[in-house]
Amino acid sequence: MWNYEKRLQYPVNITQTNPKIAQVIISQFGGPDGELAASMRYLSQRYTMPYNEVTGILTDIGTEELAHMEIICAIIHQLTRDLTPEQLEKSGFDKYYVDHTLALWPQSAGGAPWTATYFQSKGDPITDLHEDMAADGTIL
Amino acid sequence: MSEQKPCRSELLEWINIVSFAVDDVKLFLDTHPCSAEALEYFEEFKKQRIQALKEYAKYYGPLTVDTASPCSDHWTWIHEPWPWQKGGC
Repeated sequence: MWNYEKRLQYPVNITQTNPKIAQVIISQFGGPDGELAASMRYLSQRYTMPYNEVTGILTDIGTEELAHMEIICAIIHQLTRDLTPEQLEKSGFDKYYVDHTLALWPQSAGGAPWTATYFQSKGDPITDLHEDMAADGTIL
Repeated sequence: MSEQKPCRSELLEWINIVSFAVDDVKLFLDTHPCSAEALEYFEEFKKQRIQALKEYAKYYGPLTVDTASPCSDHWTWIHEPWPWQKGGC
């Protein structure tokens, strides 16, 4: 099970609205190499991992990726806070806004919705670890 | 005996620091479960984190369910700002 801790793993205090940057950063939320995909990748793979050390690290990193996702979402939220109609149109954020307003929705920068096809989970430790290294190589 | 109220932002920064230390050494311990040095580091920062979370809850409301005080007469969890909001953590 999981418990929520009411703080960001790293603080986010953005004071200037910038929907143009938000449209790029959103890929780190719901894009192919984003935090949501990372978390689901590790948390899905761990059940068939035959080594306790690796099951442990998949669980703990999969959990931490959720905290990273929250940081990214806070960044996007703060970048689009208090958006004016002029900023909306000028930045191109209107295409996102028409479907989601200022709500957070996991998609890539190009507008593709988040999908489970962004990761693989095969039950073979070498295969899965290769997938993890390709996706998030600096950690595992 | 009067205790001085800690600075909110400084205490929160300290919580973030010690929590990151705990998170990071936890990952190291997953694959190095017998490292005496890492175990000692974990114990030290875990202690500091628990202490800081208790201190924060006492003055500024709970950040965790374990530090949500049973003595208060109302549920403060939803009153303090959420982490992505202005004035949040």
